[in-house]
Amino acid sequence: MDEFFGTLFGSTPVSQQLGYLQAALLENIWETLYSTALATFFSYVIGLPLGIILVAGEKNGIRPLPRPLMSVLNFVINILRSVPFLILMIVVMPLSRLILGTSIGTEATIIPLTIAAFPFVARLVEGSLRETDAGVIEAAHAMGCTPFQIVRKVMLPEALPSLVTGFTTAAITILSYGAMSAAIGGGGLGSLSIVNGYQRRMYLILYVTVILLVILVQIIQSVGTWAANRLDHRGGKSRKTRLRVRFNDPIHLEIGPDEQDGDGEKHRSEKGGFQ
Amino acid sequence: MIELRHVSKVFPTADGELRALNDINLTIGDGDVFGIVGMSGAGKSTLVRCINLLERPTQGQVVIDGKDLCALPEKELILQRRAIAMIFQQFNLLMQRTCLKNICFPMEIAGVKPTEAKKRALEYLGIVGLPDKADAYPAQLSGGQKQRVAIARALASDPKILLCDEATSALDPKTTRDILRLIQDINRRLGITVVVITHEMAVVEEICSHVAILDHGVLQETGTVEEVFSSPKTEAGRRLVYPDGVVIDQLPAANVIRIAFNGGSSYEPLIASLAIDCGVKANILGADTRNVNGQAFGTMLLGLPDDPDQIARAMNYIKNQPNVTVEEVRDYHG
Repeated sequence: MDEFFGTLFGSTPVSQQLGYLQAALLENIWETLYSTALATFFSYVIGLPLGIILVAGEKNGIRPLPRPLMSVLNFVINILRSVPFLILMIVVMPLSRLILGTSIGTEATIIPLTIAAFPFVARLVEGSLRETDAGVIEAAHAMGCTPFQIVRKVMLPEALPSLVTGFTTAAITILSYGAMSAAIGGGGLGSLSIVNGYQRRMYLILYVTVILLVILVQIIQSVGTWAANRLDHRGGKSRKTRLRVRFNDPIHLEIGPDEQDGDGEKHRSEKGGFQ
Repeated sequence: MIELRHVSKVFPTADGELRALNDINLTIGDGDVFGIVGMSGAGKSTLVRCINLLERPTQGQVVIDGKDLCALPEKELILQRRAIAMIFQQFNLLMQRTCLKNICFPMEIAGVKPTEAKKRALEYLGIVGLPDKADAYPAQLSGGQKQRVAIARALASDPKILLCDEATSALDPKTTRDILRLIQDINRRLGITVVVITHEMAVVEEICSHVAILDHGVLQETGTVEEVFSSPKTEAGRRLVYPDGVVIDQLPAANVIRIAFNGGSSYEPLIASLAIDCGVKANILGADTRNVNGQAFGTMLLGLPDDPDQIARAMNYIKNQPNVTVEEVRDYHG
């Protein structure tokens, strides 16, 4: 029996592992949460404007920028995205020391996380903004919008559900990258699982931290999906409509009571907005 | 007044240049409902986009109320555009905004106070007949309702000109008529100049006072709807006015003439008297009447016997009738 527990939970006695967990768990959950939150925040501070520039500044964009500038921007983003995160962490250590005065510890992981994540965020934002209907942008031009107004009042609000979905993906990616922060002495659940759970063979700690990470990811994803749906008014996905569809009430599918043009219903079902 | 002077637009493409518009000269008077018709690919959409400079002409001038838009700096052009509203085939509403907020949009852009904007937006929703849709999102509306909201949004910028780019092409016939009524009503009540781009002659018949026919980027003919409909002078014009026209090769007679009745005249006696007075037995190959702005217009295709003498007599006789024009049909095909 002991042998079985030994393989399953590692050689350290379970009670000792539990004691360790009790002492360290809350702090490490907190470290995971705040380093993820801050890195996500800073990634968007840099990545969101860059994503906007990638879309607005291209040749047929709303505010074309010089071609060389766009090429450099694309190149830098691609380079940063291709460097493995472990290498990146080590490369930016001098930068962390410059900004924070230290290159190790949980705070110090926020900088490589941000540098690794902002190009990814820029691409996510770019993808979301490209979804904006070209006709709507044309209408905005026709109404006399400035490029800035088009970004702020048309592109960003119209792409909001997609931006929220992207934000969820970014936050989860940053959370999982954060696990690697153990390499430069950062704390957090990931580091707890690697250093104490795996390397020191306290498998109970490994299981608990991994399960906690899974739960965290689930929570972030669920909240993100819920928010994106909540904010989505495109394609007849209003709550009322969804309910009507759920109850399969064909009579009330035509929402406009005063205009029987029959065209709207067709349009909505074609768009597949009821999925 | 809108004046297009020598407007050309060339698009560079992979295999050379595409000349979408070729030396267009056009004057649209204040308060007109001006139709621009043509087959798809004729350059209509490019032409209408040249009026508010969504497309910048390669050559020529776009003069609105004496101001050449092409010569304006970007900032002033943006201000000028606010007086030129536009509605689209695909409505182009902001899907993430309620109807009310959509109508507020142009006022927001122009810096109208939110409370004032809301008040006016509700008024415009009333004008287009959707007073209860203020808080609905566009996705919850039918096509016709969406276009009504788009029209309300267009009105919200207090425009002098309304450009309609195939505004009814995505709608069913009944809704099309309702929307056209609304546009006509707005033209009459508010005196807004309306430019209608369409490939459907029925739309022109329904609401336009003037019409221009565009074909392969060239302005073929222009005039009042009555003039163009009663006797289209160009091939492209005839093709549009008589879309179901017969192919001349398939006609039983070798000599075909077209008679146009310009309102008020009844044409049965003409054919009968042609036979009695001239002794020419005409064969009616096809006839078509249409109601244009309350006046009856008719055209008739007649086949004449293969005898030059009889043809000359018939042509002479018809030419002397009041309210009737006649022409020989040589190159006509449907």
